[in-house]
Amino acid sequence: MTNHWVDIKNADIILIMGGNAAEAHPCGFKWVTEAKAHNNAKLIVVDPRFNRSASVADLYAPIRTGTDIVFLGGVIKYLIDNNKVQHEYVKNYTDLSFIVHEDFDFDNGIFSGYNEESRHYDKSSWDYQLDEKGKVITDPSLRHPHCVYQLLKKHYDRYTPEMVARVCGTPIPKFLQVCELLASTHTPDRAGTILYALGWTQHSTGSQIIRTGAMVQLLLGNIGIAGGGMNALRGHSNIQGLTDLGLMSNLLPGYLTLPEESEQDFDQYIARRAPKPLRENQLSYWQNYKRFHTSLTKAWWGEHARQENNYLYDFLPKLDKPYDMLQVYELMNQGKMNGYICQGFNPLAAAPNKAKIIKSLSQLKFMVIMDPLVTETSEFWRNAGESNDVDSADIQTEVFRLPTSCFAEEDGTLVNSGRWLQWHWKAAEPPGEAKTDIEIMATLYQHIRQLYEQEGGTFAEPVTQLSWPYANPYAPTAEELAKELNGHALRDLTDNRGNVIRKAGEQLAGFGEMRDDGSTLGGCWLYAGSWTQEGNMMARRDSSDPTGIGQTLNWAWAWPANRRVMYNRASCDSQGEPFDPRRSLIHWNGSKWTGADVPDFKADEAPGGGMGPFIMNPEGVARFFARGGMAEGPFPTHYEPFETPLGYNPLFKDNDKATSNPAARLFDDDKAEFGKVGEFPYVGTTYRLTEHFHYWSKHVLLNSIIQPEQFVEIGAELAKELRIDQGDMVRVSSNRGYIKARAVVTKRIRGLDIDGKRVHHIGIPIHWGFVGVTQPGFLANTLTPSVGDGNSQTPEFKSFLVNVEKV
Amino acid sequence: MANDRKEIVRYTANQRLNHWLIALSFVLLAISGLALFHPALFWLSNLLGGGTWTRILHPFIGLVMFVSFALFALQLRRDNKITDDDKAWLKAVPKVISHQEEGVPEAGRYNGGQKLLFWSLIVLMIGLLLTGIVMWRAYFGFPVGLIRFSSLLHALFAFAIICAIIVHIYAGIWVKGSVRAMTRGTVSPGWAWKHHRKWYRKKMRDSTLK
Amino acid sequence: MASEAMDIKRRSATTTPSPSVRQSPVQGGGVAKLIDTSQCIGCKACQVACMEWNDLRDEVGHNVGVYDNPADLTENTWTLMRFAEHEKDDGDLEWLIRKDGCMHCEDPGCLKACPAPGAIVQHANGIVDFNQEHCIGCGYCVTGCPFDVPRISKTDKKAYKCNLCVDRVSVGQEPACVKTCPTGAIVFGSKDDMKQHAAERIADLQSRGYDNAGLYDPDGVGGTHVMYVLHHADKPQLYSGLPKAPTISGIVSLWKGPAKPIGVAAMVLTALVGAAHYIRNRPSEVTEADEQAAEEERNG
Repeated sequence: MTNHWVDIKNADIILIMGGNAAEAHPCGFKWVTEAKAHNNAKLIVVDPRFNRSASVADLYAPIRTGTDIVFLGGVIKYLIDNNKVQHEYVKNYTDLSFIVHEDFDFDNGIFSGYNEESRHYDKSSWDYQLDEKGKVITDPSLRHPHCVYQLLKKHYDRYTPEMVARVCGTPIPKFLQVCELLASTHTPDRAGTILYALGWTQHSTGSQIIRTGAMVQLLLGNIGIAGGGMNALRGHSNIQGLTDLGLMSNLLPGYLTLPEESEQDFDQYIARRAPKPLRENQLSYWQNYKRFHTSLTKAWWGEHARQENNYLYDFLPKLDKPYDMLQVYELMNQGKMNGYICQGFNPLAAAPNKAKIIKSLSQLKFMVIMDPLVTETSEFWRNAGESNDVDSADIQTEVFRLPTSCFAEEDGTLVNSGRWLQWHWKAAEPPGEAKTDIEIMATLYQHIRQLYEQEGGTFAEPVTQLSWPYANPYAPTAEELAKELNGHALRDLTDNRGNVIRKAGEQLAGFGEMRDDGSTLGGCWLYAGSWTQEGNMMARRDSSDPTGIGQTLNWAWAWPANRRVMYNRASCDSQGEPFDPRRSLIHWNGSKWTGADVPDFKADEAPGGGMGPFIMNPEGVARFFARGGMAEGPFPTHYEPFETPLGYNPLFKDNDKATSNPAARLFDDDKAEFGKVGEFPYVGTTYRLTEHFHYWSKHVLLNSIIQPEQFVEIGAELAKELRIDQGDMVRVSSNRGYIKARAVVTKRIRGLDIDGKRVHHIGIPIHWGFVGVTQPGFLANTLTPSVGDGNSQTPEFKSFLVNVEKV
Repeated sequence: MANDRKEIVRYTANQRLNHWLIALSFVLLAISGLALFHPALFWLSNLLGGGTWTRILHPFIGLVMFVSFALFALQLRRDNKITDDDKAWLKAVPKVISHQEEGVPEAGRYNGGQKLLFWSLIVLMIGLLLTGIVMWRAYFGFPVGLIRFSSLLHALFAFAIICAIIVHIYAGIWVKGSVRAMTRGTVSPGWAWKHHRKWYRKKMRDSTLK
Repeated sequence: MASEAMDIKRRSATTTPSPSVRQSPVQGGGVAKLIDTSQCIGCKACQVACMEWNDLRDEVGHNVGVYDNPADLTENTWTLMRFAEHEKDDGDLEWLIRKDGCMHCEDPGCLKACPAPGAIVQHANGIVDFNQEHCIGCGYCVTGCPFDVPRISKTDKKAYKCNLCVDRVSVGQEPACVKTCPTGAIVFGSKDDMKQHAAERIADLQSRGYDNAGLYDPDGVGGTHVMYVLHHADKPQLYSGLPKAPTISGIVSLWKGPAKPIGVAAMVLTALVGAAHYIRNRPSEVTEADEQAAEEERNG
């Protein structure tokens, strides 16, 4: 979330799209209720299903899954055509006036630089035109045909209400009602927020859908203000913490990135990540990259990391390709990966195309499972009848199960969607032989280190030289790790006048104190400030809200720097006056920025100097034009799901290259398993239910009582056609397998008219499997295709083709 | 006295046993039913082992009463056909209860009043059985509207049957010599001659023929 | 003795005054739970809280083609979300979700029908509570309830239903479902306060185009201590059959009302008539003359 849960109460318009907050985030949803009850907010829900969020919405509009870019592109067009744009905001705080490279082009669904064979773009033309000083050329009149504004306008010109109706199936009046409500927030005194979740991310164009939403918010001036923002509602209680700490194959903690294979040179690595400002007087905060990186490698390798060895840059792996989960199972499937430590993850249930996962796991020599619960993955070898019909004798994978504690059985912190790190205290002892993940990992590490020390090995130093300063090397405590993540000074730190501001050994007050000369250490720069000399900031529980807009700065701690609303400088006009004084986040008091939030800006930078509020970008402003940041193009474009019910892209009918995401990675075996609309005529989409959490709560009796048995949702119209009655057992199949479940026949899913064709959705809740105390069921991901988003590789769980028959 | 006279058999031992089973069931049913019916009589449930036992036993006792009564009624049904004489007898009830026997038609094995009781009991028992089954939640699940209606009817039938049995008992007490018909099984010829003259004559005829 | 046993307003099958010396601290029409269907997202947290606080575990059942799970109220499920799909005249859909459970009527039909003294009590604050220790399992409460709420346990044959967490309320806490409701759709307080809160919610709904929004507090049962804010107060039946004008059934009223004295009177009267007759008329005795007449007739 750019903003935070409580801040939703400040919104005037709330759009829930690509998510179902009432269903999947019922506790956070209270703030939507609050906004409606006490701020007279209007709630809009756009979804293929009339879901629980829709049940309390003021306006519901149906949409075909995977066509959100058309819908949002249509909103962009509406806002531009009807002049519902926050002009002062976009003029000063976005790139609309920037001139784009003259080679940049977009033709019939494909951007300039495409290589069909490699499915990659050469992105060199996707950039601004720079002057001789390396600064961007702009046209504040916005008339230049290659300025971002003109390109944007042109790009979305085809996204008319008629096109929205034709591609998304949304009736034009409903679409226009949504546009009108959203447009009402273009004035400075109104705020609109967008709440989304996996309904946007789990598409082959997921990242681009989210960008389109962000572009709508920029046009409306809704980023950086109270009650606004782009708010990703995270699906696991600590998935935010997972990404913060870099548990992705290409990330390091704090969104630092691992080098690529070509980046063997440390200075080059740093230079590419610490860009110089593209305009005069911009902060370009990533110029501090080296401070954060050095503090990180100091935390990892301690005294071994020194200036003369580039702080052990050579110890970092250099990626030849991303190693996301789809890549990993592909490698396993090819027999190229034969050991697997599976910690807190149930891939058999959570990864696409179960049959492929079974095949992949079966090729492993060993698999270690660390989990508090029995998972399907840990029993993938067990024949559970029709729902897991494997031949156990054929599977030679040795499986080790290491029971772990769960969150309530350990001290530590969870990071919520609003980036709050909230410390929690152990409530019970873990049962039986369960140990904390930390203890298991530390013990494993000690054994591996000892083996390397005793027996040597190739490139042993990254392991043997690892800094391990914990009192009990077999069981570091949560406090020790949290303090290390925050970081401390290794030598006395002085300011530019020579005064000591931080003594050696003291905890850092924030990432501003980090140095690139090896004098500071910190495991995650974003978390600097979470455990200072004053103590554990995450354990604070002061709920006082002096301004009444939900800015409880002394409740827990939020990254970065305890800032609750990111880009909050954009809540003020260029003179430093709040756009909306009723919900002011910060303001310029004549000498510094101050207010209800921690300013996301250089604290003493007077307004009027032209410094932009988007300080992480070298241009200082937000981007409509993504430059080279995205795989499939600088402007989001609609591409059909890989399993499309149409077989073509209705926007670019005669170009099959542009049917589905041209830059998404496709493995040959996965491609061969895509189904066609002839055989699988309905659109399947998977989702969660309130009553369950993922594949965990089926172990919990209470949850199982209130949602006991697997079901799929079928629209009344289709059910009638297929003669399926309420509660019948049905078989839902894709080209990759089938599941059987009860039919919930509902008016809440309606057939949609798409380009002259009636398209029906089949709703497939995910929560069942072959372990747990619910009625046994089938893993929903038996059905889903193994293809991911072009940038994040998040699987396309939300759009695929299925058939349905009555059993 | 009458010791040397030949007693007349009115009920066999089995019939008497059955009658007393019905009687016992009825008493228990009345006690338990009244306990459940009126708060002021709830104390009666103690006689059956408390409220819960009262609730459990009442329907089963009802079944016992119904089955025993059904057997009894099957045996007696031929003697309970209502004739014109019976109708005349019923019209003469005021005379009967005030000892004015002239003009009262002679009765067969049962007089008009007894026959009326007989048929009333049959109707009430069937009504109680059917409504009772509807109310018997432990084993049956009927729509609540039907249960409500049955509950009211069950109560009405119960008042009626209790009143009818009070009359029956009273008649047994008032007409001296009747009780022994259900205890020893026999009545004196004079009792039979006085109250059931047609039946007495038939008895005499039958024994002569033998 | 539990403190809540001293503030009893009404007690089932009891003809003498109930212990009522303790003054209810709640003023303003007793307590009330207000369920705002327009804020309810059907998350079933209330169902779970109810099961947890009351230590109830229903069986892991089956899906019968709807979101309602368990499929119905049972002795172990005292509250239940009921989901109803409603197509409006303009074709738009509404998903009307209602938390079902005991309404805690001011004039409770269950209490009226109950034959077991003290098995059902109504506290001064309006809570209608079942005392299973005194329950005899006859199911008359089910017959008496206009909302089809009480359920007889299949195992112990006692009647069970929501008791509005009387144990929590009596120590100043809100019911478990209220405590857990994530959206604030369920609130609790004095009935007067809840009505005022409801009025604010209704004004909000009316401003959003729900012209018939209103409070459900039916007069037919003397009002209830569980009330709903409905978007369509003119059509409560849309909400999974919430009765439009619930009353205690006339048949039940007759059965548990006039039938009692009339029935008892009829029986007593019959017995009295017999006794009077016996006293006024000598019994009908068989005389020696009758025996002789019989003898003569036999010898013929």
